[in-house]
Amino acid sequence: MTSGTRRTGLEKIMKTVLLISALASVLIVLLIFVFTLKEAMPAFREIGVWKMLSGTTWRPGNGEFGILAMIAGSGLVTLGAIIIGVPLALGTAVFLSEIAPEWIVRVVRPSIELLAGIPSVVYGLFGMVIIVPLVRMIPAPGNAGFGLLSASIVLAVMVLPTIANISEFAIRSVPRGYKEGSLALGATKWETISRVMIPAARPGIISAVVLGLGRALGETIAMIMVIGNSVILPTAMTDNPLSIFLSRARTLTGNIAVEISYATGVHESALFATGVVLFILIMLVNSSARFLLKKGAQ
Amino acid sequence: METEVTRMQAEDYSLFYGQFKALNKINIKIPANRVTAFIGPSGCGKSTFLRSFNRMNDLIPSVTTTGTVYLDGKDVGKQDVVELRRKVGMVFQRPNPFPKSIFDNVAYGPRLHGTKNKSDLAVLVEKSLRRSALWDEVKDDLQKSGMSLSGGQQQRLCIARAIAVNPEVILMDEPASALDPVATLKIEELMNELKNKYTIAIVTHNMQQAGRVSDYTAFMLTDENRSGNLIEFGATKQIFTTPSDSRTEDYISGRFG
Amino acid sequence: MNKRMLTQNAAFGMFWLAGIVAVLIMAFVVGYIFVKGFPGISLDFFTTSPRGGLSGDGGIYSTVVTTFYMIVVTLTFATPLGVGAAIYLTEYSANTENKVVRKLVTVARFGVETLAGVPSIVFGLFGYALFVSALNFGFSILSASLAGACLIIPVIIRTTEEALKSVPSGYREGSLALGANRWETTWKVVLPAAFRGISTGILLSAGRIVSETAIFFVTLGGSYRVPHSLMSGGRTMALHVYYLAMETRAFDKAMSTAAVLVGLIIVMNLTINMITSKIAAK
Repeated sequence: MTSGTRRTGLEKIMKTVLLISALASVLIVLLIFVFTLKEAMPAFREIGVWKMLSGTTWRPGNGEFGILAMIAGSGLVTLGAIIIGVPLALGTAVFLSEIAPEWIVRVVRPSIELLAGIPSVVYGLFGMVIIVPLVRMIPAPGNAGFGLLSASIVLAVMVLPTIANISEFAIRSVPRGYKEGSLALGATKWETISRVMIPAARPGIISAVVLGLGRALGETIAMIMVIGNSVILPTAMTDNPLSIFLSRARTLTGNIAVEISYATGVHESALFATGVVLFILIMLVNSSARFLLKKGAQ
Repeated sequence: METEVTRMQAEDYSLFYGQFKALNKINIKIPANRVTAFIGPSGCGKSTFLRSFNRMNDLIPSVTTTGTVYLDGKDVGKQDVVELRRKVGMVFQRPNPFPKSIFDNVAYGPRLHGTKNKSDLAVLVEKSLRRSALWDEVKDDLQKSGMSLSGGQQQRLCIARAIAVNPEVILMDEPASALDPVATLKIEELMNELKNKYTIAIVTHNMQQAGRVSDYTAFMLTDENRSGNLIEFGATKQIFTTPSDSRTEDYISGRFG
Repeated sequence: MNKRMLTQNAAFGMFWLAGIVAVLIMAFVVGYIFVKGFPGISLDFFTTSPRGGLSGDGGIYSTVVTTFYMIVVTLTFATPLGVGAAIYLTEYSANTENKVVRKLVTVARFGVETLAGVPSIVFGLFGYALFVSALNFGFSILSASLAGACLIIPVIIRTTEEALKSVPSGYREGSLALGANRWETTWKVVLPAAFRGISTGILLSAGRIVSETAIFFVTLGGSYRVPHSLMSGGRTMALHVYYLAMETRAFDKAMSTAAVLVGLIIVMNLTINMITSKIAAK
């Protein structure tokens, strides 16, 4: 009888303990939001939200805290990574799900897994040693190699596994009936892939790209190592508008990492404000990806 | 039977999944403009055999075959598979319209095979939907998604889709097994109409259905090696009333399967 | 050959190219790091600490020790929470009709999904504000592993959930039918059956700690000395690569350290794949 009560007691305790563990994630999210926001408040109050978001100069010494240059830096480097990375990632996804023979899949998939596992600092190092010198060879005044293009290339490789894996899964999840139906009408494999499989997998593919975008916006260390970190609004460096990608830049993430260890006062608060902007930006991106996935599942 | 024109034919046709022999030396002549039903207990290979006519089994890497399947006297294995499948349409067990509009579903095949002109496509779509007895139900909103139709309508949409590329043969793999009795009846009536223009081969596990819709019936059964064999083939009336093989009689009278 | 087949061949050619390029990128990155890094690796490299200063001299001993501590301490915080959360989400709330519990589960799942999407620098910022400053733990292994735990909790929850879901429901029914309660069933039957799956999740998390740099960059301090307590600062191998490349510009040493890092990740991946394929074979 006593053993029975003890057993029931343990059951009750464990149930509570486990519930608390389950809610820990929410608690952490709340804590992160509250703490970051609280630390960011002085900056928002003293500088003003709009002035921060639209300000193009960041000179902590002069009390100027505009983060538009960093928003542009994050935006452009992400755009560049998507432009370079998405075709490769989607190509790989279609290849793995529809075209490659089984034994090739067994070579390619672990390779992509490994790409996902390589630490970002290693990508940064690789970028500094290989990509930056290559980009430096592009003739343009003021091109130092460090800048948006190098960062976009490195980032494209880093988001490749995310986009490729989720897209591959989306294509594999297309009901077999669609494929058979199309082939049975005399469509070639490629017609079936391009006109039926990819359109049917579109919500999953789009959310894969959006999730990749979220990863790209959040990347820190590799970006610091290759992007040059200058706080300037990137502009084209020659007559060719594409030369904007040769410009140095700084990302929102890099701004935080580079300065947090010595910042104090409003400067420190402004870095937390940068974190809040980043956090909100990524929440928006990720929840739109989730929304698309759910819509696709219906 | 001797007076019929043969549309498709199998000659000593065997099919293997790896080492396993799923179909054993099948010989049959499918007559043109008739409905031929394949019946037999599940696992006897009737669906696999049906999919040999448009080489859908090519999709399975482990499948190998011996013997020959002919369409109009020509070996299907030596034909361009894309062209073969245009001539030999297929309707599947589960309705599988594409996640596109009704119009785009029907126009899918013709577009692939070169019909680009909009008014030509519109005419073709209407003709196909009329022939599959779906036109009156959907004519007001052809841009509606094919997925939004009821199961029976979806299956008729798939039939319209198959008709639209002007095939010679339509293969139907248990086309009504996922449908309710009313929708089933509509499909059965449709088959009766369609056979004037097309040759139809249908796999069904429903013997009443086979009796109702088909002109000829083929009975298949697995042997002691679990390979599918064609036991008996003949006019439906004869198979159902005076089968020559005792196993056919046992199956028809519901003694097994 | 007609036009449609030509189009197909052209398209498939592009896809083959994409697949091959993906493999080549992996081979080139890993190959380059190994080729450049291996010459600098010797026994001394592992047994001596970085000399410090701007020379970049010395080995990686203290960074290996710090990495190891970081793995152990972070997992100590994150594993019970993550596994506990996964147990609640799969074992306790799976078929409940209770509306409050359902709400809580929805909230908890939202939390996990959100946490999984938070960029690591934000964890770093949070860890810096709460653990380093507010709680006054300073730049230390304690601060860094608490912040790092936030990063890996979602990973552990997801993999544990997968592992628990793959345990046949017959196991649970068998135990419950014998009069065991939910917790006894979970502890004695479900968890042991899911052990391999959970261990891959923990290994995966360890890999994340080894790879992570941004969080530790702002919470661990970067000291190159051997840590002696939870309150010591330090630098992990990944952080060491950063400092070598960015501050001392000692690229040779950075390459060697990166090679060790990548080697470790490969071994971990292989181990995970081995365990996973054993689960699949079972």
